[in-house]
Amino acid sequence: MLFSNFFVLAEEKTQPATDYVAQLEKLEEFLIVISFIACVLITLAFVYFAFRFRRKESREEGKATQHHNLPLEIVWSFIPFVIFMVSFAWGWLVYKDVRTPPKDSLEIQVYGQKWNWEFIYKNGRKTTNELYVPVDRPVKLIMTSRDVIHSFYIPTFKIKQDVVPGTYTFLWFKANHKGEFQVFCTEFCGAGHSSMGAKLNVLSLADWENWLKTDPYKGLSLVEIGQKAFQGRCTACHKPTQERLIGPGLAGLYNTKRDLEDGPVVLADENYLRESILNPGAKISKGYPNQMTPFAGLLSEEELSGLIEYIKSLK
Amino acid sequence: MEKNYLNWKKGLLSWLLTRDHKRIGLLYMITVFSFFFVGGVFALLLRLELFKVGETIMNSAFYNQIMTYHGAVMIFMVIIPGIPAFLGNFVLPLQIGAKDVAFPKINLLSWYCLIVGAGVTLLSLFLGGVDTGWTFYTPYSIETNTAVIPVVLGVFIMGFSSILTGLNFIVTIHRLRCPGMTFFRMPLFVWSLYSTAIIQVLATPVLAITLLLLVGERILDIGIFNSEKGGDPILFQHFFWFYSHPAVYIMILPAMGVISELISAFSRQKIFGYKAVVFASLGIAGVSFFVWGHHMFVSGQSEWAGIVFSFLTMLVGVPTAVKIFNWVATLFKGSLKFDTPFLYALGFLFLFLIGGVTGIMLAVLPFDVHVHDTYFVVAHFHYVMVGGTIMGIMGGFYYWFPKMFGRLYNELLGQVSFVFIFIGFNVTFFPQFILGMSGMPRRYADYISPYEPLNQVSTVGSWLIASGFVVAFFALIWAMFKGKKSSANPWGAKTLEWQTSSPPPHENFLKRPVVSKDAYE
Repeated sequence: MLFSNFFVLAEEKTQPATDYVAQLEKLEEFLIVISFIACVLITLAFVYFAFRFRRKESREEGKATQHHNLPLEIVWSFIPFVIFMVSFAWGWLVYKDVRTPPKDSLEIQVYGQKWNWEFIYKNGRKTTNELYVPVDRPVKLIMTSRDVIHSFYIPTFKIKQDVVPGTYTFLWFKANHKGEFQVFCTEFCGAGHSSMGAKLNVLSLADWENWLKTDPYKGLSLVEIGQKAFQGRCTACHKPTQERLIGPGLAGLYNTKRDLEDGPVVLADENYLRESILNPGAKISKGYPNQMTPFAGLLSEEELSGLIEYIKSLK
Repeated sequence: MEKNYLNWKKGLLSWLLTRDHKRIGLLYMITVFSFFFVGGVFALLLRLELFKVGETIMNSAFYNQIMTYHGAVMIFMVIIPGIPAFLGNFVLPLQIGAKDVAFPKINLLSWYCLIVGAGVTLLSLFLGGVDTGWTFYTPYSIETNTAVIPVVLGVFIMGFSSILTGLNFIVTIHRLRCPGMTFFRMPLFVWSLYSTAIIQVLATPVLAITLLLLVGERILDIGIFNSEKGGDPILFQHFFWFYSHPAVYIMILPAMGVISELISAFSRQKIFGYKAVVFASLGIAGVSFFVWGHHMFVSGQSEWAGIVFSFLTMLVGVPTAVKIFNWVATLFKGSLKFDTPFLYALGFLFLFLIGGVTGIMLAVLPFDVHVHDTYFVVAHFHYVMVGGTIMGIMGGFYYWFPKMFGRLYNELLGQVSFVFIFIGFNVTFFPQFILGMSGMPRRYADYISPYEPLNQVSTVGSWLIASGFVVAFFALIWAMFKGKKSSANPWGAKTLEWQTSSPPPHENFLKRPVVSKDAYE
C-alpha cells in the first residue's frame, strides 16, 4: 500500500506482490482509517473542551453537575469493544491464510547462522544469501538455525518468522511476478545482525529450472571458486581489503605473523587459514571477539581450498 | 525558620539513613533523574549513529551495547521506579492522611536495592559491556562473550526494590488510611499504585527466577533453554514476558493515576466515572497477566496460542479506552488552567492515544507478523513509555514540586520546555511508524539507503527533546533553591496532600486528618 515500494530492489510489475499482501492491505487500511478517526475525534473533543472551558473569573470552579452516567459509560465501553473484536476476527481470518501453506508447495530448506542465510534446494544445490524461487508457485521455506535465534523477514511480502535452533519453523508465499526483493534478519543476533540480509530472486519457471541445474563452479579457477564462496558467507564480517569489519580484513593476511589473544604469535599459512575457517575458536587474533561461526561441515573441500587461494590472492 | 521535613535534621547521614517517605522519595528523584540522563545520552548517541547510512560514530558491536544499556537503564532504573518509587513514595502517605508508609525501614532498604542493583548492572560497563538487548533472549545471551551475568544479577537485585515497594504500598493502603478514608474515597493515584503494587509483588519474582536460570545456564550449562540438551530457547521468552508484559502496566498504570490527579486538579472537577476508572485499573492489572504471548506471535509458538493472546490483548484495550473517555469527559464544563502539569496531562492524552491505537493494531495477528521487530514497534512503545510514563513523571513532578520544596517553578520555562519535548517527541517517533511499515527492522546498527531521510528527521527530533529537558532541568534546579515561596495549596486541589503545609512537616500532618467527603470533592 502506501509504503510497500520502499524496499523493492527491482520488480517487473507493481503490486500486489502476493495475493496475501492484497488481503492484508485491506485490513491495514481498515486499521489505519479507524485509528485515525478515533484519534482525531478524541483529540478534537479534548482540544475543544480545553478552549471552551478555560478558566475565567466568572467560572473559577468546575460546573459539571453529573459525575457519572452509567448508560453513557456502557456505550463507550461497547463501541471500542466491537471495533476491537472486528479487528481481531478479521486478523484471525487473514492469519489463517498465511499459516496454511498449500499442499503442492515447493519446499526449500533455510539455515540461519551468524551472519548469513543458507538455502538448500531439493536437488542438493546450495546458495548463500541468494534465494531463487519460481513465480506463481507456492514456496514453503522450512527453516532452522545453526546458532542463535534469527528471523526471516520479506518486507514486500509482509511475512516473517523466527528461525529457532533445534526446531523447524516455516513460512510460505506465492510471488505474483518476477523481481528481486529484500530479505532482512529481524531477531537480534549480534554484531552482524544489521548486515544479515539476503536477496530473494523470483524467476520464471523455465529460468528457475535452468538455474537449478547449473553448477555454479563449473569452469571456474580455484581463486574464482573461492571468491564466489566468499560472497555472502564471509562478507558480513570480512572485507577483501585491509579494513577491519567485525573480523579482520583479509588482504595481505597470508604469510604474516598474527598475535593471538592468549599470547603466542603464529604464522598465517595455509594450515592456519584452514583451521581458522573450520574451527575459528582455536586461535583468536588479538583484539577480536571469538564469535565466528565454525564452518566445519558447511563447506566442500573444493570451496575450502578456493577460499584459501582467494585469501592468498588478496594483496 | 519554620520546621519542615527538609530542615528537620541536617547532614548527609540524615538523608542516607532516613526513614521518612518524603525524603526517600527525593532520594529516588535524584536516582531516577540521574539514570534518565544516562539513558538519554545513550539514546542521543544511537540516534546520532543512525543519522546517516554506514558506520559514522561507532561500530555495530558498540552500537549493540549502547542499544542494550539504553533499554536496560530506561526500563529498570527510570520507568519502573519512576512513578511508584519516586512520586508514589512522596505522595501516597500524604494522600491517605498517614504519617508514613507501613514499613519505613523496608522503604529505605528498597532504595538501597535499587542503588546496589543499578551499580552491579552498570559495573558491567567496565567488564566489557553487554550486547543482548534489554530482553536477554536465549540462546544469544548464553553464547555471547559479553558481561551478561553482572547485568542480569543487577536486574535481579533491582527486582527486590520493586517487590518491597509494592508490598509496602499494599500494606500501607490497607492499614494506614486516616479515619473516614474508605477505599472508594481514595484518590485515583492511590488506586493506580495499589493496582501496580499487586503486579509488582506477583510478577517480579517470575523475572527473578528466569534471570537466575539464565545465570545457571551460563555458569553451569544446565540446559533448560538449550535445545541440544532437551531444553527450549522459546521457554525463556515465555518466562521473560510473563513478567515483562505485566511490567508494562507497572510502568503505565501509575502514570494513568497521575493523569487522573492532574485532570481533576486543573479542571477543578471530580473525575467523571470515578468507579469506572478504579475498576479499569484493577481490570487492566488482572488481564495484564494473560497477554504475554502477544510478544511472541512470530516466535514459533502455536497458532492457537497466538489467536488466544490476540483476543485477550483486545480485551485489555477496553478498560484503557474507558479511562481515556473518562478523562476527556472530566474536562466538560470544567474550569481549565493551562499550567505546565496540565499541559503534560494533555500531552499524555494525545500521545497515549496514538500509543494505544497502534497497540491495538499490533494485537491484530497478521499486522504484527509484518511489523514485529520493526521500527513500528519501537515507535509504539515509545509513544506509550515516553508519551505515557515520562509525561506522567514530568507532569506529576511539576504538580507536586511546590509540595516537595515549598517553592514554585517558573511557569513560562515549564511551558517552553514542554513544547520542545512534545514537538520533539513527535518529530522523533512518528516517522518511525512509517519506517516500520516500510519494513525497517529494529536493533539495526545500519540500514539501507531508502530509510535514510526519515531517520534524519528522527535524529533531529531527538535534539529537540534533549533541548526541552535541558531547559526543564535548569529551571527546576533553580526553582528548588530560589523559586518563589509556595502556599500550602497553590493549585486549589482537593486531595489531602494539599491540606498540609508546603513543604509538609516531619510527620506530614500536625493534626490527623479526618475525611468526610469523596475524593476530589
